[in-house]
Amino acid sequence: MSTTADTHPGRRPLSRVLGRLGGYSQVATTVVLLAIMLTVGATLYQNFTSPQALVDLLGKNAFLIPLAVGMTFVILSGGIDLSVGAVMALGSVIAATLLQQGWSAPAVIVAVLLTGTVLGTLVGTVISKFEIQPFIATLAAMFLARGLCLVITDRSITIKDALFRKVNLAHLNLFEAQVTNVRGRTRTVDVYTTPSVLIALGLVLVAFAVLHYTHFGRTVYAVGGSEPSASLMGLAVDRTKVMVYAISGFCAGLSGLLFSFYTASGDPVAGIGYELNAIAAVVIGGTLLSGGAGYVFGSVLGVLTLGTIYAYKEFDGNLNTGWTRILIGGLVLFFIVLQRVIASRRWAR
Amino acid sequence: MGPEALSTAPPPAAQPDVDPIVEMSGISISFPGIKALDEVSFRLFPGEVHSLMGENGAGKSTLIKALTGVYSIDGGSISLDGHAVEFTSPAHAQRAGIATVYQEVNLVTNLSVAENIFLGREPRRLGLIDFRKMRTDAKRVLRTLNLDIDPSSLLSTHSIAVQQLVAIARAVDVRARVLVLDEPTSSLDQREVEELFGVIRRVRGQGVAVLFVSHFLDQVYEISDRITVLRNGRLVGEHPAAELPRLDLISAMIGKDLAALEALEEGTKREATERVDGGALVTATQVGRKGTIEPFDLEIHRGEVLGLAGLLGSGRTELVRLLAGADRHDQGEVRFDGNVVKLRSPREALDRGIAFASENRKTEGLIGDLSVRANIVLALQAARGWVRQIPRNQQDEIADRYIKALDIRPPNPNQLVRNLSGGNQQKVLLGRWLLLEPKLLILDEPTRGIDIGAKAQIQKLVATLAEEGLAVIFISAELEEVVRLSHQVGVLRDRRKVAQLTNDNLAVEDILEIIAAEAEKSP
Repeated sequence: MSTTADTHPGRRPLSRVLGRLGGYSQVATTVVLLAIMLTVGATLYQNFTSPQALVDLLGKNAFLIPLAVGMTFVILSGGIDLSVGAVMALGSVIAATLLQQGWSAPAVIVAVLLTGTVLGTLVGTVISKFEIQPFIATLAAMFLARGLCLVITDRSITIKDALFRKVNLAHLNLFEAQVTNVRGRTRTVDVYTTPSVLIALGLVLVAFAVLHYTHFGRTVYAVGGSEPSASLMGLAVDRTKVMVYAISGFCAGLSGLLFSFYTASGDPVAGIGYELNAIAAVVIGGTLLSGGAGYVFGSVLGVLTLGTIYAYKEFDGNLNTGWTRILIGGLVLFFIVLQRVIASRRWAR
Repeated sequence: MGPEALSTAPPPAAQPDVDPIVEMSGISISFPGIKALDEVSFRLFPGEVHSLMGENGAGKSTLIKALTGVYSIDGGSISLDGHAVEFTSPAHAQRAGIATVYQEVNLVTNLSVAENIFLGREPRRLGLIDFRKMRTDAKRVLRTLNLDIDPSSLLSTHSIAVQQLVAIARAVDVRARVLVLDEPTSSLDQREVEELFGVIRRVRGQGVAVLFVSHFLDQVYEISDRITVLRNGRLVGEHPAAELPRLDLISAMIGKDLAALEALEEGTKREATERVDGGALVTATQVGRKGTIEPFDLEIHRGEVLGLAGLLGSGRTELVRLLAGADRHDQGEVRFDGNVVKLRSPREALDRGIAFASENRKTEGLIGDLSVRANIVLALQAARGWVRQIPRNQQDEIADRYIKALDIRPPNPNQLVRNLSGGNQQKVLLGRWLLLEPKLLILDEPTRGIDIGAKAQIQKLVATLAEEGLAVIFISAELEEVVRLSHQVGVLRDRRKVAQLTNDNLAVEDILEIIAAEAEKSP
């Protein structure tokens, strides 16, 4: 007669429900937190949650989404990628420079994405082949990419290409909404978004499908859960790690493109510290920093949370930028502690 | 072959005219400082269960890891189906049809049960994983092991025993030609072992070659067709199970003659019954911790061995963690040497003379990348503070003394601990705590997963230490051992101390009866 709890059929549904909730509880916390922050914003500032302002939370941070998506892959596998901000800048600089030299826009787009992917592949290869700490390897890559930016150009280059301009100025009307302005007049406006947002959201959907419904995606979780076990299970650990950094590199390249759409320029000093924003977004989104557990949608929520914090600053000109950072730091700390608490609860069970 | 075979022994399946599926010949593997395998040959026939026997450190796990591509071999050759092969990774060996369940559960607990069974060969539809099919397939696979668990549940929500069964389910389901099971039964209960053996017999009937490793002799004789014995990295012999009497097997494994072995066991028995009572050292009154262990009373005298018995998860470890300062008690009162103490950390406990050797010697005890010497002096150095470094010659002297006293093998103080066998690692850990000259020594499963020889040595050591006036708390899942060593036996059930028995002619059955009361009570 067995004494293990697992074999009591009567208890299964409850433990199953608990298990599920345990998995989503962090993402749920992020949703609640975001709602609270938006409510606070709405009571403090007029039009903080107007339809356009809400859509702009995505629009203004569109280039942060691919960074967070790539970072989600890396962190899920148990790694970290500090190079993404620099690679993003490199992407924008390469785009601007090549366009300046007369390359066609599609060729430039391919070149930028390829650069990011190749860089990521190299870093991933170094990490898996020589068993280097990802922190150090990607730190080196960060300096390398930032250095390349500055070698190519030491100042921002304006993009005049027609396609890039078009994407920059494009407004995709979503729906009409009633808006009340400061003087109390109500009028009907079109709520719009940008192609960048659609590209970023498309990437999120693809990432979700890859992470949850492909062999590669599940292997990423397995490697993050326990690398020695994954290896003994006969999974291609090395290849998975290389691919994870390649994906992060690709995403950083894509971010570079979105950034150059958004600013119509290539800037060698853009995105300094964005890798940390991406990490913060992933952590706030509930992904375990030690790897193996988390959701890419959580990371998008993380980006929105950061966006809301930045929006406070935009709506309130008197707010010291220091406070936005303090708020982000506090949130990251909160979520890290939350992860520990949930993890230790799980152990106790 | 052996007409007077044990009734439980299955008929020998390996026919002389069948070619072996695996043939390992002259395999040598060296680690820095030791020769783990020295020209070992091993063959495995289709449709047989072949047990690999030997003490810890004999090279069983190394041989298995050579076969499954975890280690690369320094010398010799491996052939599979008559073709020479050289596996460079576990994935490589798996593709060639060798499925393995390693000693430590090697699954990913952050994924679902179903995914752990199918990871690497997921059913797909339109290129994406077909989770519905995976779930139904997993249910089917688990049913063959009579395991009724939700395939979608996270593996981490299940006990180690269930995780072990899931690992076995994964290995069996890949329909390999060779199935390697390294200590698959160490965390299973009797019923689960029976289910496993049913599965092993079934795959054997399908012509699969099964390589089986276990420390439980009964199990080995119940399931094996043939037995290969290793000792100190060398091949001792290969025998049909039915033609190898138990005593011959044991003497082949430990390389001592049997008289010496029996004398050793007798020795422990005798010494354990003589007892030096030096008065109460620890008195616990209604001590407990919410959600961890119900309040209990406990008294340990100097020179006494207190055994704790109970099933896995019954609260044995939780109880001693309170006494060792690893967890804090939130109820009751602990008196140590007459004074009320509230231990807040293992360090405080150590200062008072309480040493705790955890059951997880790898994660909560030894530092694998340090030498035997460094591991032994670690706690003493910590107690002295890190500024006053223990002089090197003194370190050497200490290391030599304990290597000799505890018979640590190989007797090399520079050897990295991770290259030692389980039994020798345990001795290093013991040496570390003994060096501090504690008043109370808490040993949580010190003999788990180690061989008969080392087990007997550790038992003897415990008996001797008690004789010298040390108080010892001894936890073991093996009741024979508890009964043999202990003066007092505490029995735990469902995180509650339910009985305290004085050991005069205590029988294993008496303890079993108390523990078994649980099985009838629970739904």
